[in-house]
Amino acid sequence: MPYDTALDAAIALTRFGLGARPSELAVVGRDPQGWLAAQIRAQGADQPVGAPLPPHRQPPIVASAAPSDMTSGVQTAAVRTWAAPGQDMGPDQALSDAKGAGAEGTLLQPAVLTFTPGQSLPTIQDAFHIYADAQRQARAVKGEPGGRRAAVEPVLEEAGEEIFARFRLAAATPAGFRERWTLFWANHFTMAAKALPEAAAAGPFEREAIRPHVFGRFADLLTASTRHPGMLLYLDQAQSIGPNSQAAQTRGGKAGLNENLAREVLELHTVGADAGYTQADVIQFARALTGWSMGGGQAPAELQGLYYYRGAFHEPGARTVMGREYREGGEEQALAILRDLAEDPRTARRLASKIAVHFVADDPPKALTARLEAAYVRSGGDLAEVAHALISAPEAWAPAPMKMKTPYEFLVSAYRAAGVLPGDPAREIVQPLTALGMRPFGAPQPNGWSELAADWAAPDAVVKRLLWAQRFAAAHAPDGDPAAAADAVLGARLSARTRAALSRAESRPQAFALLLMSPEFQRR
Amino acid sequence: MTYPALTPFSRRTALRSLAGAGVSAAFLGGPASAETLKGRKLVVVIARGALDGLSVTVPIGDARYYALRQSIAVKPEKTLPIDALFGLHPKLVAYHGLMAVGEARFAPAVALPQRIRSHFEAQDLLETGGAGLYQASTGWLNRALQAGGAAGPMTALAVGAQEPLILRGPAATQSWSPGGRVDAQTGRLASSLMDLYADDPLLGPALANGLSVENQAEVLTGGQPMQGRDGRALAATAGRFVAAPSGPTIAVLSLDGFDTHARQGAEDGQLANRLGVMDAALAGLKEGLGDQWPKTVVVVVTEFGRTARVNGTGGTDHGTASTLLLAGGALKAGGMVGDWPTLAEGRLFEDRDLAPSLDVRSVFKGLLRDHLGVDRKALETRVFPNSLEAPATMGLVA
Repeated sequence: MPYDTALDAAIALTRFGLGARPSELAVVGRDPQGWLAAQIRAQGADQPVGAPLPPHRQPPIVASAAPSDMTSGVQTAAVRTWAAPGQDMGPDQALSDAKGAGAEGTLLQPAVLTFTPGQSLPTIQDAFHIYADAQRQARAVKGEPGGRRAAVEPVLEEAGEEIFARFRLAAATPAGFRERWTLFWANHFTMAAKALPEAAAAGPFEREAIRPHVFGRFADLLTASTRHPGMLLYLDQAQSIGPNSQAAQTRGGKAGLNENLAREVLELHTVGADAGYTQADVIQFARALTGWSMGGGQAPAELQGLYYYRGAFHEPGARTVMGREYREGGEEQALAILRDLAEDPRTARRLASKIAVHFVADDPPKALTARLEAAYVRSGGDLAEVAHALISAPEAWAPAPMKMKTPYEFLVSAYRAAGVLPGDPAREIVQPLTALGMRPFGAPQPNGWSELAADWAAPDAVVKRLLWAQRFAAAHAPDGDPAAAADAVLGARLSARTRAALSRAESRPQAFALLLMSPEFQRR
Repeated sequence: MTYPALTPFSRRTALRSLAGAGVSAAFLGGPASAETLKGRKLVVVIARGALDGLSVTVPIGDARYYALRQSIAVKPEKTLPIDALFGLHPKLVAYHGLMAVGEARFAPAVALPQRIRSHFEAQDLLETGGAGLYQASTGWLNRALQAGGAAGPMTALAVGAQEPLILRGPAATQSWSPGGRVDAQTGRLASSLMDLYADDPLLGPALANGLSVENQAEVLTGGQPMQGRDGRALAATAGRFVAAPSGPTIAVLSLDGFDTHARQGAEDGQLANRLGVMDAALAGLKEGLGDQWPKTVVVVVTEFGRTARVNGTGGTDHGTASTLLLAGGALKAGGMVGDWPTLAEGRLFEDRDLAPSLDVRSVFKGLLRDHLGVDRKALETRVFPNSLEAPATMGLVA
């Protein structure tokens, strides 16, 4: 049989999606490709939603500052409030602390598969105020034992809530492909909680800069990411000052350029390190980006915590980046460079390859990457077109699963298979994912999490998955016949050998743990 | 404010013939015997994110250091004394203690064979051990395992949830990270899974290997659950792994958080905190290695250094040469390894970075050859191909 619909339905759910919830195979039914295609939509990804904010989250009412300081560049002190010196937490402290205590690991009852739409999670501006309040509080209690920890608690709580809402969306969504596609782009534009300000900004960054654009034009996604305060903080752009800018004249040697964002946009977000650009190109691009900043605590209230172009920081003059000339144009100069980078054929090739590696194989078929690249070029970088090209490419449907689920995909798909949702972000999400080497919003470096299967199959990692599966199955093994449960989750991908092993298991939890650890479940 | 003038070079010039120049190695270094090298251990600590060497071994005697670094310069009186030219960062207390007893040395200007300013490409090159990017896809430590040491086959352990590239390749390696507790039911599940994994090239070997390490960890940690964030305890456990009977010859640890583009700090602050963790890890290794410490060399290495000048945001950007640290009881007592190129006008690489005086592969080759007894031919042809311009550094181990 040339076309096996039952197998394709199982592949659609696992290779392209986040795993099947019980009874979902029936929904995918006879048109797996159509089921995937229906998830591609112009308005972008789904948005995680949270519970109503407790009172201390309400943004304080701030009196407007004099508008004059908007253009003079004098409010870098305010920017520093947002990224205060000496307050940095180690990269492994900021997020994994996200609430060790708190509610006992309460799991929702099985079969609760929709989340209640609640109040929206904080905007980047809300997050700024949460962070700024925490810093003020931390200064007020300086020296008191445990004072700082208590003061920064709201930030960690917010971070935990973001992780929680995002995970529950993934575990409950009927549009698993849409969320997988989104997680791919969130990882491409990694913005991680390397310190407290970034911990506050990571959730808003993903919701505001990434999710709306994942099926739009890549140029828009790139621009939204590059100018979002989360990224401006994470890659040190907010305070980068042109050496001949107006601000540099007034502050002498204290001001200067920071190359970090410019370099990573070239290397990680667009053309790639092998594109042949030079250190001079990086510096020219960094100069063009000067002025891309954000409003700090002394800015007018409506600008605080938001992207904000500071003309006083901008390095005047024309630029040449990778052989192209850009005339002086203030904020527009870097925008023009970003547009050209998005159109660059090297960007198209690199993104095509990365998508193919993510979804299909570490060494993907050339025909597949060629299709994706062609779709990108033909459509002018329309990511919806690229997504359609992916799901309609025959090479992407090869029966053998070449990839390993990442720890995040593994946990999400396990919750989906069990038909439950987590009830405690620290205990059920952050701690296990940290042990599995994938702390949420915690990629150790700006290149994000590895897309290679072998990187997630180190000996220790497989043991840690087994230990987690054992505990999870003890709590959530479904009732009924384990083999039938496996059929519902893996469908035609379930092998006779695994099915036999499940029916031989001595208990339901043991059978469910075996299902979660089976090669069919671990791979996709 | 005045600072000491640059010290004369006579002492270092004398050292150069021992450390940097490999030409004479063939005449002086005879092949080490299997007996001498029995039980030797190597621990590689990768400091990811580009460690700022100028803040680790602070060139307090270099006239330009303070002008270049300004607000983020470590004050000379705050450093732990090494000599007139260098002081050690004040957070590296344990390392300084090792230095005092001849169990620690440093190379102040080490770099990769290719000038790269991308973290990820540079880490790849550091770990694959190629002469340039994309020349190798396996890790050089894995190739060393395949070559074997003078004292017989070698094994390796990665500490952490992911396998680092430096150990990746055909030779089987182990990995371990804290947080696991195996029980009888785990064993039963695992034996069923081994059947299911029979045809899976990744999952089968990984599970078998991982379980044996996990069982060993139970013994080594006394069954006590351990916090992964405690650098000292983690390193101590790694040390105990290595020191255990039939423990691995080689262990690899990674530390991150060194990419200090903004608000780097000096004696205190962001970088200082990470150096504190690094120091705790070194102390933990010594503690865990216990009576095997005298047979051990620890090398701390990063992908590249950082710009010589402070940038506009109180930090430093991607540079070239950085400091490499060596520690361990098997180390030969001695001074600095390689030259100090100085920060003088005209001596900086591209008028921007500390220039390299030593190829990082030279240090690795010296350790593999003289410490573990990896065959010279294998070293040149398989472990570090195309590395003739980076001769093995001699005289690193006793």
